[in-house]
Amino acid sequence: MKRFSPVTRNLIRKPGRTVALVLLTALLALSVFSGSIVILSLRGGLNSLENRLGADVIVVPSTAKSKTNLEQMLLQGTTGYFYMNREKLDKVRNTAGVEKASPQLFLASLRASCCSVPVQVIGFDQETDFTIRPWVAESCSRTLADKELAVGCRVSADVGESIRIYGVNCPVVARLAETGTGLDTAVYCSQETLQMLLDAARDLGHDLKISGSSEDVVSAIYIKVRDGVDPQKVADDINVHIRKVEAVSTKGMLTGVSDSLKAASGTITWLIAALWILALVILFIVFAMMVNERRRELAVYRLLGMSRKMLSSMILKEALLCSLAGALCGVVLGAALVFPFTTLIEHSLKLPYLTPAAGTILLCAVLALAVTVISGSAASMRTARKLSRVDPGTTLREGA
Amino acid sequence: MELRAENVSMRFFRKRGEANFFEAVCPVSLTLKSGEMTVLKGKSGSGKTTLTHILAGLLNPYEGKVLLDGTDLYAQSDVSLSRLRNEKIGMIPQGRSAVDTLTVYENILLPGLLYGKGEDRTAKAEEWMNKLGIAELRDAMPAELSGGELRRLAIARVLAADPEVIMADEPTGDLDDENTRIVLEAFHSIAHEKNRLVFIVTHESDVLPYADRVLSMDNGRISFPVSNT
Ligand SMILES: Nc1ncnc2c1ncn2[C@@H]1O[C@H](COP(=O)(O)OP(=O)(O)OP(=O)(O)O)[C@@H](O)[C@H]1O
Ligand SMILES: [Mg+2]
Repeated sequence: MKRFSPVTRNLIRKPGRTVALVLLTALLALSVFSGSIVILSLRGGLNSLENRLGADVIVVPSTAKSKTNLEQMLLQGTTGYFYMNREKLDKVRNTAGVEKASPQLFLASLRASCCSVPVQVIGFDQETDFTIRPWVAESCSRTLADKELAVGCRVSADVGESIRIYGVNCPVVARLAETGTGLDTAVYCSQETLQMLLDAARDLGHDLKISGSSEDVVSAIYIKVRDGVDPQKVADDINVHIRKVEAVSTKGMLTGVSDSLKAASGTITWLIAALWILALVILFIVFAMMVNERRRELAVYRLLGMSRKMLSSMILKEALLCSLAGALCGVVLGAALVFPFTTLIEHSLKLPYLTPAAGTILLCAVLALAVTVISGSAASMRTARKLSRVDPGTTLREGA
Repeated sequence: MELRAENVSMRFFRKRGEANFFEAVCPVSLTLKSGEMTVLKGKSGSGKTTLTHILAGLLNPYEGKVLLDGTDLYAQSDVSLSRLRNEKIGMIPQGRSAVDTLTVYENILLPGLLYGKGEDRTAKAEEWMNKLGIAELRDAMPAELSGGELRRLAIARVLAADPEVIMADEPTGDLDDENTRIVLEAFHSIAHEKNRLVFIVTHESDVLPYADRVLSMDNGRISFPVSNT
């Protein structure tokens, strides 16, 4: 027996009410969805930076700018270079508590053929490296030969192409997975290749402030400490005993990042909570208003023989349709707002930002949908229950 | 069909004078029968609407029972009382009772549509719309209708459903003489020719000539003075 349901008529013939409800749920879904994506991206960025960094202590020359340069390189991908004597490496290796130490060499390219802006070139020691190699190995299983480059995912050069750096043609042999950090805008090569590039730059007349041979310098030393050793203590030791260098515990560095991340994600969480509560309150108020407007209409339905159950299910269906439509719009709109502007968000937050995997995004979307639809329906069910507790005779008499 | 009220009363717990409740309907017993048109008259505020709602299964009385052919209305579950209202009791309430989002025609078919019987009633709906002069308004929305047209919509809705019990709360209040006559004759003939139970509330005397029985209500009390059978 097919029962007539006035649901669609109620929705279509009161367009103002319907649109208001749809917009409201859209706002709710949008804030929940896009907010969660932003927070997840920030968390993802931090995690990936932590993994990529892999080192407990990083040693850089004690020139005023080198520490901030390093942080900016890692977080935002600005370019920078600084050098110290290679003998520091042996001294570092001899420090108590150091398990592994591996040097890296930095060079900022001029406008390279690939890019409109200078790119950071990082040369790592393929023998001893433990931070970059595992990452490179994900996309290129062999070691990098002379002049070969592995590029971060934001460098616009494909495998098979080559990049011209200081007159040297370097073939790209691998593209690296995204990290959401400054590491994505750099290119990577062997230590030997970088030494060659340094010489080429010097031959072209660039003053890199290196005294002596390019083989005698390193830019940074990445240290892994022995199990159970406090990285901060190793860093302090190095700072006391080795001159003209500055050792930074990456924990300290990342705590700085974590703090600003916490502040940012805390703010966003509050914002989402506020939006969520505001939208929820408005949703309840709008539904209450709808009840007042429809009291008599619903009493008429009861008069004509609708049971409480039928009435509730009619109201529920209306709410489900409105909130589902709204939530879908909200999620789609949220996606349209968040994903195309990833770079913009990243730049304005100045924090590592790695968009989560498709599965996670889908889960977020489904959750945002479920949460908004359920809250919309809950508000309406509450209303329907409240209504059906009153005898229709009482309502029909009011303001007749 | 027999509709029987046993000692029903209604109190509203609201301060009035000395007492802190107000008895809108004092305990009353009465029996209404098929084939009879009963008219309840009384002054405004005497409790007519309250009593009618109690009899129609729309308002739980403070005390007492309402029995329809022995079935205690207010002992029923909501589902069966609702269904019973839909199938057996047609009520024309005081004031507006159209659903704004449905057309006139959909409103008239609504009681049937709720339980999947709309199709069977189209002929009857057309018939009563014609008789009551609202056939032209078939596809109009209730917001476009005058008070009298809305009233005729509510009457057509009940008559098209053809229930065994028909209750009308001041059905002719905003009708012209011509329509009043049509409506009252219809009620009268339905009561006698189709053996329906008809109960009409009024404070106008032009209903009285059609009545088989007249009850009058004053201050929540019913008196059974006149019988003109
Ligand atoms: N829900 C309620 N709460 C408080 N008082 C009520 C309620 N319903 C009815 N009353 C009171 O009960 C009395 C009877 O009301 P009722 O509507 O039955 O009168 P009536 O005879 O139908 O009047 P009218 O001819 O004006 O329609 C009135 O004094 C009214 O104020
Ligand atoms: Mg009344």
